[in-house]
Amino acid sequence: MSSRDEVMASIRAHRPKLVRPEPSVPLFDGATPANLLEAFGQQLARMGGELLKPDPVDPLAPVRDKLLGAKVVCSNAPEVPGNKALVPGMKPADLADVDYGVVRASFGVAETGSVCLTDANLGVNTLGYLPQRLIVLLDPAEIVINIHHAYRRPEWRQARYAVFHTGPSATADIEGVLIHGAQGVRSLSVLPLARQ
Amino acid sequence: MSENPLLHRDLLDSGPPEGMTRGGKRLDHAEGTSTPLRPKVREPQPRGARIRGNRPVDQSEAANRFIAAPEHEKMHDERLWDLRQKRDREMHGIPEWEELRDLASAIKEHTLTHLDAYLEQFETNARANGVQVHWARDAGEHNRIVLAILESHGAKRLIKSKSMLTEECDFRPFMAEHGIEIIETDLGERIQQLDDEAPSHVVVPAVHKLRADVAQVFAEKLGSDPDTEDVHYLAETQREATRPLITSADAGMTGCNFAVAETGAVVVCTNEGNADLSANTPPLHIVSAGIEKVIPRLDHLAVFVRLLSRSALGSPMTQYTSHFRGPRAGGEMHVVLVDNGRSERLGMEKFWPSLKCIRCGACMNTCPVFRRSGGLSYGATYAGPIGIILDPTFNAHKYSKLPFSSTLNGSCSNVCPVKINIHEQIADWRKVMSETHELPLMKKAMMKAAGALLASPALYRAALPLADSALRHLPRFIIYNRLNAWGRGREVPHAPKQTFHQWYKENRGREK
Repeated sequence: MSSRDEVMASIRAHRPKLVRPEPSVPLFDGATPANLLEAFGQQLARMGGELLKPDPVDPLAPVRDKLLGAKVVCSNAPEVPGNKALVPGMKPADLADVDYGVVRASFGVAETGSVCLTDANLGVNTLGYLPQRLIVLLDPAEIVINIHHAYRRPEWRQARYAVFHTGPSATADIEGVLIHGAQGVRSLSVLPLARQ
Repeated sequence: MSENPLLHRDLLDSGPPEGMTRGGKRLDHAEGTSTPLRPKVREPQPRGARIRGNRPVDQSEAANRFIAAPEHEKMHDERLWDLRQKRDREMHGIPEWEELRDLASAIKEHTLTHLDAYLEQFETNARANGVQVHWARDAGEHNRIVLAILESHGAKRLIKSKSMLTEECDFRPFMAEHGIEIIETDLGERIQQLDDEAPSHVVVPAVHKLRADVAQVFAEKLGSDPDTEDVHYLAETQREATRPLITSADAGMTGCNFAVAETGAVVVCTNEGNADLSANTPPLHIVSAGIEKVIPRLDHLAVFVRLLSRSALGSPMTQYTSHFRGPRAGGEMHVVLVDNGRSERLGMEKFWPSLKCIRCGACMNTCPVFRRSGGLSYGATYAGPIGIILDPTFNAHKYSKLPFSSTLNGSCSNVCPVKINIHEQIADWRKVMSETHELPLMKKAMMKAAGALLASPALYRAALPLADSALRHLPRFIIYNRLNAWGRGREVPHAPKQTFHQWYKENRGREK
């Protein structure tokens, strides 16, 4: 008997013979915040991220300000030019020298201040982790109320890799002292900007 | 949080602010403390339980040594209680909290009673996504499967994120024997690996260590300055030391918080992004997953994602919640589904609900015994309330004394996000131990006397005022002596002048 068959047989022999129907989960969206972007921004700040304020005339100005001193910028968002291109055949570790990564999120979640990044958003998945800092563009029309709504989105059934980023890489493993940039990015900034 | 009284006021740090602030407000997401804390005195780190082959682990012996190191004990107690208070804050922020707990419990019970069907569905969908699925009956088979995958790729260095299952499998020692270098990428877990210690807590593995302990380990193993205990310096040292190992690794490994049957995806939650680095940087990603991690749907996943980090750390969400549905272009993804005693546990009438556990650690943070004795005192893979009901399923003799390391106050069950009846199972394990003669002699004699007393209401009522009166009048040396474990390391509460029964008879009994 294969290990699979043995494990399955053991489960079938031991499984509790109890009636436990599958529960259905409500969307818990009764108390929707009046302004989803504002709620998103407040949660993001709590989680150590930063919501950038788009300039009314030149929306991308706050992003350019951030990138001023950066040596290596790698962008997978057409709105923001970088100086290191994602090219076919690139190895994930090739992004280790990047100062700023720039990507566009699929959507955001107001409840937690999370952005959803898929493999298509990232181009190379390590673009979300190996750069020192990460800038994310988010269409304010693409913010869902909460995590229940978030999991109704199509991305989870399409992308091979999809992730919620909720603030930057963080740790407080030593004496509870909070530190950003444990292994991944040291900061996460989100600019609300409609998709072109 | 500032209105919350500290357990140990002397730990309050009035020095230059540490940690992170935003707009003058202290950030306390992830496992960050809501209050600045700092121990004032250096002291050597107390070590964990002494393991002597298959002999029963003596948790209280190790706990006594932990209590004898007051700086460590206070910091541990305070930090974990802070996590518990942050958890309460998050709970109060969500009106549907109790409904979510009911749902989480119901989803887990539904899945466990249909586990074969959901595992099959997960396997079918994962395979369709291009994932290679393996099955392991036990820890040894898990290790051999992973080794075979690594060897077939000529992989020599594996970077991994934290996984309690790999701890359960003694994975690192096995791989060391076979010449595979394992690099833990979670800061806390890396500290523990470098110090050759097991994780002491399921989500904060080095919570029992003080900064001076970490500075010492890093000085020895990473060549950092032994006199610099600055936490930012220590964390940065580790980041810089680990990064080249990440970018040059041959393979990556992660655990699995949830396996979603309907999509075939594996979900991993971290605060550091180290699971994403481990899975996305090398060409090969191996997932170790316990068979009880499967859940039916994405709708169900939402419930657990909302509960996990809030229960664990009092943070609304882990910084990273990562969904691996298939290998990336040019990469390979394997999932090893591990039984290792789980399917048999499913058949234990009293204990199968322990399989609902999502490893959040809330029961540890709230447990007065755990907070004051440290996770390593349990001498087992799983510590704290959930540990003392899981460990005996692996070895009922070696872990026979663990179910007695509890006050049965029930707080663990009250904070459990999947509503496991932890304290009832602890009591049930005590019964099992007494029936199988795994009870220490002293406990046996005391239980017998207590049993006789509790079996007779008349005898109990007669005895209670005497005991209370004795507590009020006996000299301290009689209450706080070596034979009375309850007087050790704690003050016995003031005994009431009247028993409840006497009070009731006087005040309410008349009204009838």
